[in-house]
Amino acid sequence: MRNEHKLRAQIRTLVDGGATGLAILSTILVVAPLVAIFIYLVYKGASSLNLDFFTQIPKPEGEDGGGMANAIEGSGVLLAIASIIGVPMGIAGGIFLAEFGRGTKLANAIRFTADVLNGVPSIVMGMAAYSLVVVPMGHFSAFAGGVALGIMMIPTVCRTTEEMLLMVPHSVREAALALGVPNWRSVLSITVRTASPGIITGCMLAFARVAGETAPLIFTALGNSYSSANLNQPIAALPLQIYVYALSPYDDQHRLAWAGALVLIALIVIAVSLVRYVTSRGVLKGAS
Amino acid sequence: MVICALSIFGIVVLIAGELTVHSKLAWSTFGLEFFTKTFQDPYTGQPNYWDPVNSHFSALPFIFGTLLSSILALLMAVPLAVGLAVFLTEMCPGVLRGPLAFITELLAAIPSVIYGLWAVFVLVPLLRDYVNPWLIKMFGWSGLFGSDNPTGLGFVAAGVILAIMILPIISSLTREVMTAVPGSQREAVLALGATRWEMISMGVLRNARIGIVGAIILGLGRALGETMAVTMVIGNTPQIMHSLLANGTTMSSVIANEYAEATSNMHRAALTEIGLALFVVTIIVNAFARLPVWMVTRGAPSATH
Repeated sequence: MRNEHKLRAQIRTLVDGGATGLAILSTILVVAPLVAIFIYLVYKGASSLNLDFFTQIPKPEGEDGGGMANAIEGSGVLLAIASIIGVPMGIAGGIFLAEFGRGTKLANAIRFTADVLNGVPSIVMGMAAYSLVVVPMGHFSAFAGGVALGIMMIPTVCRTTEEMLLMVPHSVREAALALGVPNWRSVLSITVRTASPGIITGCMLAFARVAGETAPLIFTALGNSYSSANLNQPIAALPLQIYVYALSPYDDQHRLAWAGALVLIALIVIAVSLVRYVTSRGVLKGAS
Repeated sequence: MVICALSIFGIVVLIAGELTVHSKLAWSTFGLEFFTKTFQDPYTGQPNYWDPVNSHFSALPFIFGTLLSSILALLMAVPLAVGLAVFLTEMCPGVLRGPLAFITELLAAIPSVIYGLWAVFVLVPLLRDYVNPWLIKMFGWSGLFGSDNPTGLGFVAAGVILAIMILPIISSLTREVMTAVPGSQREAVLALGATRWEMISMGVLRNARIGIVGAIILGLGRALGETMAVTMVIGNTPQIMHSLLANGTTMSSVIANEYAEATSNMHRAALTEIGLALFVVTIIVNAFARLPVWMVTRGAPSATH
């Protein structure tokens, strides 16, 4: 009897140890390749990055040198259009969800739809922009690419804005209302202002996310080997160029692809760290 | 503000509407057979699914490829993701927790084209030179690992890169659900003399299981729609083979490859219909995934007992 108890206890300790070991092993299995991707990327990218990358347009295929100035410029134009569409709509939607519609069925339905829309593949967004802009215009254009990215930004910005607004303590709202300030005024100049660092970084995160999107641009912005600032014409973009160069047979284009990837990653790391810093800082804490 | 908020409904309606209108030609010509039928090539006698030149369109190999690559990815990602979540919430020393959580968060934000770039230059050569020959030698008898594709591209490569991409999402959501389980549950199980693993399996995972299922479905949704990284490594051949090392293609890959250069209206309509199917499926999958996560994190989890 005693022995049986002892044996069982030993088995349980063993199982416990085994499970702990497995959890640690899976953590290592996850983190190691991910860190490897990161280190490899930084190593490859840093050795390929130079001033030419930012100032030159691509050389003809097979010729060494050149850079991605046109792609960086193009990404800038596309992201500007996307932000003009996505940021105001998203922020306004988020304010509605958090302040005016809080707790209503409509707001819950919108929140749910926004979450679902966040999971829709980006290539589908590209197809929608294609039918919406490219087909009526008759040709690929920077504008179509911007619309595709803008549509993608709206649900993301909307949800982060809402989350940031909900972090503002209730007492701040109540204090404003107790002074006789109308509700809209209290929302705009008290709540939104308090949450504005969070909202701005939320927008940056959405910005960084669409900056890396390739799929919706393939058949909207199309890509371009030259600099172009014409919204009516196809335009180059950094992720598109990385995609094309990665599959090309030339070593020098592979080099450019790695450098481009590093630039994109740097943008994303900055955005993610900023969001983490703002959300963990004391100013917005003490939330409801 | 209401209008901007309503625009989110508008976007869904707009996408559904545009895709339906533009795929009407394929709809009315092929009907539901579009998703199931096989053509016979008159010259070789082989099954043929996708031949834009002769207007033969069938979505079967794309659906097959999407499902197979996603299932492979889930098989690899789920155990690791849950293990990571368990480690981070229950076992990890406090010093490590912050950096590890930050790394996973960061990895969820890396663009898919960069994963694809890494896969093309690091993962595929690795698979080609070491892993695939080993798989063929050890498991070749099962017929699942044919040796007729020496490139290293194919379903295994796509599955691995997809698994790496959906891991952070599944694991961070699982972690969220596990932290939502109240501490009193853990204390109660520990008070009965349970070991740590018994506490985790009985007190935490049991309470959080609905949410974990939700996280897995959400990962599935991401895997189904993932485009760039998969397109770069799957080989892009519309065929149905029973070897996991064979080239294949997925719904999103064929759109990425052919949509900009579609040769005829019918070709474009067929691609649009594949896109519509992808849209509907991901909407349904995401809706299903959100509900359980929502239930566990919003409601009181202890009420399940």
